[in-house]
Amino acid sequence: MDAMAYEYWLAGIRGVSAGKKCLLCRRMKSAEAVYYIEETRLNEMEFLNERERNTIMQAGKEQGFEEAYANMCEKGIRLIPWHAREYPQRLLKITDYPYALYVKGSLPEEGRRAAAVVGARRCTPYGEKYAVEFARALAACGVEIISGMARGIDGMGHRGALMGKGRTYAVLGCGADICYPREHIGLYVDILEQGGGILSEQPPGTPPLAQNFPARNRMISGLSDAVLVMEAGQKSGSLITVDMALEQGKDVYALPGPVNSELSNGCNRLIRQGAGILLSPDQLLEEWELAADSPLHGVPEDWKNEKMLETAEKLVYSCLGLYPKGADWIVAETRLEARTVMELLVSLQLKGYIREVAKNQYIRS
Amino acid sequence: MSFSTVLSASIEGLSVELVRVEADVSNGLPVFHMVGYLSSEVKEAGERVRTAIRNSGFDYPPKRTVVNLSPATLRKRGASFDLPIAAAILTSLGKISMEAMHGCLLIGELGLDGTVRKIPGVLPVVMEAKRNGITRCIVPKENQAEGALVEGIRVIGVRRLSEAIEVLNQKQISNVNEGIDSRGSIGAQIKNRSGDNIPDFADIRGQENVKRAAEIAVAGRHNLLLIGPPGSGKSMTARCIPGILPPLDLEESLEITKIYSVMGMLNEEEPLIRERPFREVHHTATRAALIGGGAVPHPGEISLAHGGVLFLDELPEFKKSVLEVLRQPLEKHSILISRVYGNYSFPADFILVGAMNPCPCGCFPDMEKCTCTPTQIQTYLSRISRPFLDRMDLCVEAARVKYEDLTDESRAECSAEIRKRVCSARTIQKERYRGTGITGNAMLAAGDLKHYCELGPAENRLMEQAFSVMGLTARTYHRIIKTARTIADLDGTDRICERHLQEAIGYRVVDEKYWRR
Repeated sequence: MDAMAYEYWLAGIRGVSAGKKCLLCRRMKSAEAVYYIEETRLNEMEFLNERERNTIMQAGKEQGFEEAYANMCEKGIRLIPWHAREYPQRLLKITDYPYALYVKGSLPEEGRRAAAVVGARRCTPYGEKYAVEFARALAACGVEIISGMARGIDGMGHRGALMGKGRTYAVLGCGADICYPREHIGLYVDILEQGGGILSEQPPGTPPLAQNFPARNRMISGLSDAVLVMEAGQKSGSLITVDMALEQGKDVYALPGPVNSELSNGCNRLIRQGAGILLSPDQLLEEWELAADSPLHGVPEDWKNEKMLETAEKLVYSCLGLYPKGADWIVAETRLEARTVMELLVSLQLKGYIREVAKNQYIRS
Repeated sequence: MSFSTVLSASIEGLSVELVRVEADVSNGLPVFHMVGYLSSEVKEAGERVRTAIRNSGFDYPPKRTVVNLSPATLRKRGASFDLPIAAAILTSLGKISMEAMHGCLLIGELGLDGTVRKIPGVLPVVMEAKRNGITRCIVPKENQAEGALVEGIRVIGVRRLSEAIEVLNQKQISNVNEGIDSRGSIGAQIKNRSGDNIPDFADIRGQENVKRAAEIAVAGRHNLLLIGPPGSGKSMTARCIPGILPPLDLEESLEITKIYSVMGMLNEEEPLIRERPFREVHHTATRAALIGGGAVPHPGEISLAHGGVLFLDELPEFKKSVLEVLRQPLEKHSILISRVYGNYSFPADFILVGAMNPCPCGCFPDMEKCTCTPTQIQTYLSRISRPFLDRMDLCVEAARVKYEDLTDESRAECSAEIRKRVCSARTIQKERYRGTGITGNAMLAAGDLKHYCELGPAENRLMEQAFSVMGLTARTYHRIIKTARTIADLDGTDRICERHLQEAIGYRVVDEKYWRR
């Protein structure tokens, strides 16, 4: 039998920590030996407690893991145990690295800079915009973007990286064969298509359980060299990622937001506590001494040239910002007629200056 | 004379069938028989009639009485046959002359003491009577004004059975006709709209876009969807819409009054409906309540809103199946209800105004306040089906009212001003669609667009651009053109210009993907 099947068996055991599995494997020389271990030998493993020993003995009697392993291989998911050569070096440096990784697609390239783009699921168009902007610019310069494929900022980070024609890696809290949230199936496919990968510590078929998500966050920060927080509230889960990143000694950067915005509160606090401030992708690339030579890279079309607009259009455009504003506010602010405002808004939209994020709610694009 | 016959009528849905009430009083055992496919409330009429006759001061001799309601194949329902049955019996007894019954129709419910009580549906009955060459109708006093709306027929209101008999036995009929024919004033009545209780758009601060969208919707008979957070005045705005609806003409008014007559919802003193109806339906409404129903179908809310506005607040809270039944009447402008006894068709030509929140908590897309998850928002919005949304031409956001607006002393444009523009736009449409059966731009089919809504090269370019930038679908495309046609009509221009299209695009119905994050 394939030696990897035994690795699969060992990696899939619940109730024994990754560290203890590694130790066990090191003592016994291979996962296969662990599978065939005798009870007396197992009792000699002083680092295991009674319950863990029982769990392993119980698991040893289980049949059918070979079949499950074959199934997994059929799905195109590889198992990378900690001692494998491909196992990401960056991950080995963290204290509680996973025993094995389940990978669909590729793994982050060794020696290439990787950045995590993280943030709240509930985010504003402002956060979304800059998640895309930074990820795009960094990916275009060869930086690999790592995130969690969650709703909100995470998804936008991946999207941006794909737009920058770069590789991006999603670390999931569920099995690598499960797309969660479901509406990100397009993203899931695109990530793989563009040479990226879907990574997980959980065996295939594991549903998205809330308890697995903090552990996933440690992998996101562990796999990257720097963590970029785009938008985070005071209690956002992305702050867990930041804590782990700091523990692991990674650089943390945060995107500043309005001081009155609750969803930027976490970011602003991080900056106050000494996190790097994200002013522009250029500044970051300079700091990392990466040349902005990719044709895809360029000054983000931040503020489009207003000179191209007519006076009335300019008036309406100047009312809009990065947070959505209703057409009615614009009528009140510009004192123009409702019909004129609507005409101008549509005209600006068609010219690509603004975007309608919800019915009659507009932001600069 | 022992046999007699009296004319009356039966109402099925909105249509009226004349019914011949025959009575025969002969010697024999004193029994009372009623035949003619009667429902139980008509069978009970026997007891009411005999008692009422006695209590009106007539003798009821112990004779064999047979009453037949013809045609016998028609199911007779309701209490409106009491009066004609009583009249037929009294004629048989010789209390009323046979000639008096000639060309006369009677309808009404009787109390045991001989009072004549009001019944629903007098207006359509009188209309049908006139069509059949009947010259006199005797109806309950409360329904007299309603019946008098029909031209060229005498409608006599009576309070008691004895009064009816007096009227019938009077030699000179013209004498009793005093003050009954209020016909001459009807034209004036229509013009004299009450309209006091309708809120005015002038009282609404801000909401300029919503007002404009309402104006366009009414001008072209487009259906309108209002989206906005709670407390943004969606319902208030919708309630102002009756104030900008164009006035009714006599024909429309009578048609609407007919529906309300059948439902027994008319005002006694001023029966004529002079305002276009505005029906607000609660979201607990059932399918039958909305489209009409019952063993013998009654008109539902959509028919009560005929010629006016049907307002559905909190649209996603409606049961999905309830909303789906609206699809067909929204296309056909009438509703056909099928029952074992037959099919019933009710008119249902209304403007649908819907209101909804953008998400369950109502704050989307303000992420600082919105507490909904994307899944929740998706579930909330998916309660309104795509085909239903496809029938809404306009969609606008109602924003939360700002403090400055509340304190602003200046008054906004009043409903009467908006109404003037609406009326002129409707006149233009009437001219354009003369003889085609189309009553508004909203009714244009895709095939008609080429003919009535031609676009110039610049306009075509604009639509092309909108197609690619905003990802419009063919359906939205048609709706935008129709709306632009109405905006151009409001503008008084024959050609649809770029600015009309731009505004129409701004009010288009959002696609699902808009809500997706």
